[in-house]
Amino acid sequence: MKNKTVLPNVYLAVLMILMYVPIVLVIIFSFNENKLSVRWDGFSWRWYEALFADRAMFESLVNSLILGGSASLAAAVIGTLGAVGSSKVKLPGKDAVEYLSTLPMMIPEIILGMVFMVFFSLIGLPFGMMTLIIAHTAFCIPYVFMLVRARLVGMDKSLEEAALDLGASKIYAFFTVVLPLIAPAILSGMLLSFAMSFDDVIISMFVTGVDSNTLPLRVYSQIKTGVTPEINALCTLILLVTVLILALAAVLSRIGRGKKEPEQAAEIEAR
Amino acid sequence: MDAILELSDIHKSFGATKVLNGIDLVAERGEFITLLGSSGCGKTTTLRIISGLETPDSGRVILEGVDVTDAEPNKRGVHTVFQSYALFPHMNVESNIGYSLRLKGMKRAEIKAKVKEMLELVQLPGFEGRMPGELSGGQRQRVAIARSVVDSPRVLLLDEPLGALDLQLRRAMQVELKRLQKKLGITFIYITHDQEEALNMSDRIAVMRNGLFEQVGTPGDVYDRPKTAYVARFVGSANIIVRGGKTLAVRSEYLELEKDAAGYMPGVVKEKSFSGGMLRIAVETEAGELVASRHGIDSPLAPGDAVGVSWEPQNAVEVEPE
Amino acid sequence: MKPKRRFRSETLMLVPLYVFTLVFVLGPLVYMVILSFLQRAETWGVTNEFTVQNYAGILEPVYLNTFVESFKLATLSTLLIILLGYPFGYFMAKLSQKWKGRMMMLLMIPFWTSSLIRLYGWIIIFRANGILDKILMGLGITDAPLKLLYTYPAVVVGMIYALLPFMIFSVYSSAEKMDWSLVEAARDLGASRIRAFLTVTLKMTLPGLLSGVILTFVPSMGLFFIADILGGNKVVLVGSLIQDQLMKAHNWPFAAALSVILTLLTSLLIVLYRRLAGVKDLEGLV
Repeated sequence: MKNKTVLPNVYLAVLMILMYVPIVLVIIFSFNENKLSVRWDGFSWRWYEALFADRAMFESLVNSLILGGSASLAAAVIGTLGAVGSSKVKLPGKDAVEYLSTLPMMIPEIILGMVFMVFFSLIGLPFGMMTLIIAHTAFCIPYVFMLVRARLVGMDKSLEEAALDLGASKIYAFFTVVLPLIAPAILSGMLLSFAMSFDDVIISMFVTGVDSNTLPLRVYSQIKTGVTPEINALCTLILLVTVLILALAAVLSRIGRGKKEPEQAAEIEAR
Repeated sequence: MDAILELSDIHKSFGATKVLNGIDLVAERGEFITLLGSSGCGKTTTLRIISGLETPDSGRVILEGVDVTDAEPNKRGVHTVFQSYALFPHMNVESNIGYSLRLKGMKRAEIKAKVKEMLELVQLPGFEGRMPGELSGGQRQRVAIARSVVDSPRVLLLDEPLGALDLQLRRAMQVELKRLQKKLGITFIYITHDQEEALNMSDRIAVMRNGLFEQVGTPGDVYDRPKTAYVARFVGSANIIVRGGKTLAVRSEYLELEKDAAGYMPGVVKEKSFSGGMLRIAVETEAGELVASRHGIDSPLAPGDAVGVSWEPQNAVEVEPE
Repeated sequence: MKPKRRFRSETLMLVPLYVFTLVFVLGPLVYMVILSFLQRAETWGVTNEFTVQNYAGILEPVYLNTFVESFKLATLSTLLIILLGYPFGYFMAKLSQKWKGRMMMLLMIPFWTSSLIRLYGWIIIFRANGILDKILMGLGITDAPLKLLYTYPAVVVGMIYALLPFMIFSVYSSAEKMDWSLVEAARDLGASRIRAFLTVTLKMTLPGLLSGVILTFVPSMGLFFIADILGGNKVVLVGSLIQDQLMKAHNWPFAAALSVILTLLTSLLIVLYRRLAGVKDLEGLV
């Protein structure tokens, strides 16, 4: 009888630990004195110092921040307006367009990157920050759109009607009632978008220009050419940012939608 | 008389479904009118057309002599108490009640005073800082009412406001709502599917069915003098008996059962049940199953007994057949 | 008058989404299909001549072989992911509500950690004389470094590691919705533990399992950078092929044709899934 209850939990624990091993190793070796990540030679900040002295790395960090910020903001505006509008208007072909807008979530990234690349050069858009922002916005919109739509579906429709009924104009009702209520969903959609954008390698690789290297692209090329503990340090920092963003998103969705929601957000995240 | 609200020949369809098929109603100032009907009869749609949340396909809505059929909901001075109360969950009680006052540009201090006054009126003094999530069902209901009457609307629409409350609280709120309405002098259009509630509170009742008013009248009219078989059954739970080409409505308390007698028609006792202090006896007759009710739980009759069914002629109302 | 005005004011909200979707989602996808039928120009770019040569080119043994290899790798990875992930999702669904939430959070962190960082961790583990070699030699299991980095098994591990969460989420979300009293009923009716699992549990969690298969199988054909980082140049996937054709060979029409085929395969799998599972949306996706 005892085996039955313990074994599954052991299995869950072991696999979970295995999932963390590579991440923990990266963190540990970022503090390693030795240049090669094979042997522990003592604690050191030197790789972090080297990292902060690296100008090119800093530039690509700035690029990534600009990119993530712009893409998640654009996705928030387009996705939120779309979700709110779609909850109210019935148009012919609406389902088809909405399905299309969520496609970038399901298409393999390699294909998305490739179609953007050929399309941008077809319409003559110069590769650089602009193309990066458009491509990232495209794959961020579905996250905001679906989270906001889910929130709207769960929202009592009579709340907005009550505001109109009490004398509010549509715009006033939107800003005082609807927007505050969907704000947590918008924010967690934005944070997820930012995390996705901040992590993206494949799509960026196809649409980037000469002077718009992003952080993941730099990490990628460095990993490919050779391993330096500087990368360990960088990865640790990125990891820290990711965990912070995730925690914030989880807290927000919990505030906004009660206890069950982190789960739902998780399901959407698991694209 | 002073008409405040007038509906004339309102029609409304959603797709192929006809919901309202020509509604006419005149409400007097300060009147308490109940729309009574089972779910899907069009009560809520009627209310939403008055508030402006729906637009009728045809017909007019007149408020104090002004045609508001095409006016936006925020331009009507008509407020609604929603079935779900629709309190704004991100605002505290004070902000909820003060919402319409802020819209009117009233000063903060004035709003504060007005909200305080309203909370005393609905017997929730000191609740300003609470969030809707921290209130019980009955308290939310009071806040919703306070929010809707704070800027003295011309008409207050109430969509089954007591539907979510338990029976005891319902009874208490019925009395309180009626008291409030008399005090404020605001015209109430009230929706319910509970005939007791309607009979208790209303000045007039409009019994609705299939998007039409079957009968509009005082509680006495619809209960004692039903015009149609549907009204008799729905409002008075009356037995409908077709006899000699006439359709008669006889309420269960007027139905007389006598063991082994002839009566107007013979019947056989089918079953007995007890609820609400009344014993209900179901009798199978040539006119279908009829129900008689008696005070107390004891009865000499038992299932299987042959009885004669009769009633005093003055207790049988002739109604239009269904 | 009024319905029309309402209709317009809220339709405006849809404009950005519609315009963006039509221009930057539908446009590129349509162009991909068109491009795949165009002739490649002598040096760089495309001509406007129609051809099916790009598709015929895929049938050349070199490229066909890449498809077959990708398919094999994807199948192997997916099978291993099922073996590891199904029990995980299943057991997780049986945990208490509190632990479910905790496990979810714990899963989220590696899942959202940059895939590069996680792959990088594996480099540290796999490299010659790295952690794994040290442990194995220390335990006396092997006496020389295995040098697993830049091998096929390393790529498989990388794939499993990157895609396992998708399987777990899918299985979990369908096992979570399951009515466990059905299993009890089956047991009560005399089914053995295994039989109850096969006839009830497996059947009920099939949509989740199948959706997990799609969510792992499809990306594993395209995740070229895993093969790149952990496999060196030894493992070439369809994804790598598309990237090479695009970036190195500059044969865009051919890359487009490869993408169309990959997209078709993906859609085919999704259609098949809907038939098998009888549902519209991917379990665990929305």
